[in-house]
Amino acid sequence: MTIAIPTFNLSSIGPWLTLTVAAILILLLDALSPKGRKAYFPQLSLIALAVAALQTWWLWGQSGTDFARMVFLDNFAFYFYLIVILGTTLTVLISRHYLEEWGKNLGEYYALLLFATVGMMLMAASNHLIMLFLGLEIMSIAIYVLAGLFREDARSNEAALKYLVLGAFSSAFLLFGMAFLYGATGGNLFIGELAGKIKEALPLTKPLTLLGLALLLVGFGFKVASVPFHMWTPDVYEGAPTSITAFMSVGVKAAAFAAFARIMFAAFPAFVLEWHMLLWVLAVATMTIGNVVAIAQTNIKRMLAYSSIAHAGYLLVALVAANQLGAVSIIYYLLAYTLMNVGAFGVVILVGRKKDSYLNIYDYAGLGFQHPVLAAAMSVFMFALAGIPPTAGFVGKFYIFSAAVQAGYIWLAIIGVMNSLVSVFYYLRITVLMYMRPAEADLGPIAFTPGLVAALIITCAGTILVGVFPGWFYDLAVASVKIFPAL
Amino acid sequence: MLTNYLPVLLYMLIAIGLVGVIVLLSEFLGKKTHTYQKDLPYECGMDPIGDARHRYAVRFYVIAMFFIVFDIEAIFLYPWGVIFKPLGWFGLVEMAIFIFILVVGLVYVWGKGALEWE
Repeated sequence: MTIAIPTFNLSSIGPWLTLTVAAILILLLDALSPKGRKAYFPQLSLIALAVAALQTWWLWGQSGTDFARMVFLDNFAFYFYLIVILGTTLTVLISRHYLEEWGKNLGEYYALLLFATVGMMLMAASNHLIMLFLGLEIMSIAIYVLAGLFREDARSNEAALKYLVLGAFSSAFLLFGMAFLYGATGGNLFIGELAGKIKEALPLTKPLTLLGLALLLVGFGFKVASVPFHMWTPDVYEGAPTSITAFMSVGVKAAAFAAFARIMFAAFPAFVLEWHMLLWVLAVATMTIGNVVAIAQTNIKRMLAYSSIAHAGYLLVALVAANQLGAVSIIYYLLAYTLMNVGAFGVVILVGRKKDSYLNIYDYAGLGFQHPVLAAAMSVFMFALAGIPPTAGFVGKFYIFSAAVQAGYIWLAIIGVMNSLVSVFYYLRITVLMYMRPAEADLGPIAFTPGLVAALIITCAGTILVGVFPGWFYDLAVASVKIFPAL
Repeated sequence: MLTNYLPVLLYMLIAIGLVGVIVLLSEFLGKKTHTYQKDLPYECGMDPIGDARHRYAVRFYVIAMFFIVFDIEAIFLYPWGVIFKPLGWFGLVEMAIFIFILVVGLVYVWGKGALEWE
């Protein structure tokens, strides 16, 4: 008996390997080192993330597949690698002091964070639906645990349990959809080849493929927090540790949209009408419910959770547009969203201090007088999230809505812009509270630790720079969506 | 086509037959004493009937974790053993990496004190 061993190149998954090895190292150090000497885990994670980013940069420009066609090597995946690495880096920076306050600066936290990052990269690069599912689970299981990190806190437990039960449920939908596609295509689940196989068997298996497509939409809709699969989002985002909420809102969303966009663009050209119609409805519902319900929130984490739902809606608009600009705007918007949203959560951590005791939006009253720099940073993030120039949020929304107009979805663009107007109300309410309302009490000192300050500087500068000079990022995104010839 | 599966059918018949013979033999030959405890359904040492809402030791989960570490390892070692030679050095290195990752799990739970029983 001879077995053909497939050729592969380890360097094509270099970033994953670096992060996996770093996570394992952290776990071992954590288990073997005496208690109390745990200060070096954030630094170790940051070094690993920097190396992974460098490796991604070396991979840039490669194309094709590796590992028996299981893994895509293309700029689309690499761009998402960089977005995910950026999100994780910022999360590590904002975590340390916050965790120490809760007495939870554990090695496991950083190890799980890195494992989740590997899962996200796998999702962005997988060329096979089973690999995609593997990445989704690596990411999700790590995040279920992280959401329940504060074991003594009832809300954190609630968040972890809700996310686990509903997440497992949605994973089942996704798998069920894959099973139908497996049947419809005669046993081929390679994303790159799905389109051809589906077209071949179209007359025979159209209902089967449609069913599979619908179930896939449910699974992805859950992960990106799209209405009507969004019910878990506010509770989980509120209960989870704030740093993990930031990580979930940017990392999970980026990874899920990477996989979502790749499958929709690459595998279902035969069903364009059907999935455009479905996602059109989902996009409108997601934007509207997210923005309207966010108005009624008084807890800042819940408000940002509904805002995150609304942003999933904007991204769905870009997905529906399904042209080159649409694909570019998904990438660009996720980059901008990573910067502005982690920044906003960094401010939430700073203002929340003492185990998150100040999470009400009225706790922000008077912040502009007592901590002007912090309030200015928060204003930048709120303006960016609302989509006001010259921030990255504006440019991202501009690309998304122009893509929708270009694709002929004028009404979708109009609904999107109207929603954007609604969102201005609750974002700017924070700014108004900070600058036009006296503080109800003295806010007291805020612990500006180096990590948080660094994260805020990076996100603030990034939000403005990516907005003022979008050209470079835009060109990179254009180069990375060339892999979808159908667009 | 289906004749290829004849050995599987034979194997199934032999397995069912052997088990049946053993059960029947012990039914005829064995000495039987019935007590309340003995006739209860076996539930891994738990009381099978009663309120399900009671607390039980977290060690159940620790044991389950150990079980996964070693069981997964064993399950993957068997098929590797069958095709050890054709896979050669490639297989050896792959399995070494795989077992290393499992050993990391073991070292982790060990270092966290999961093996200290009291």
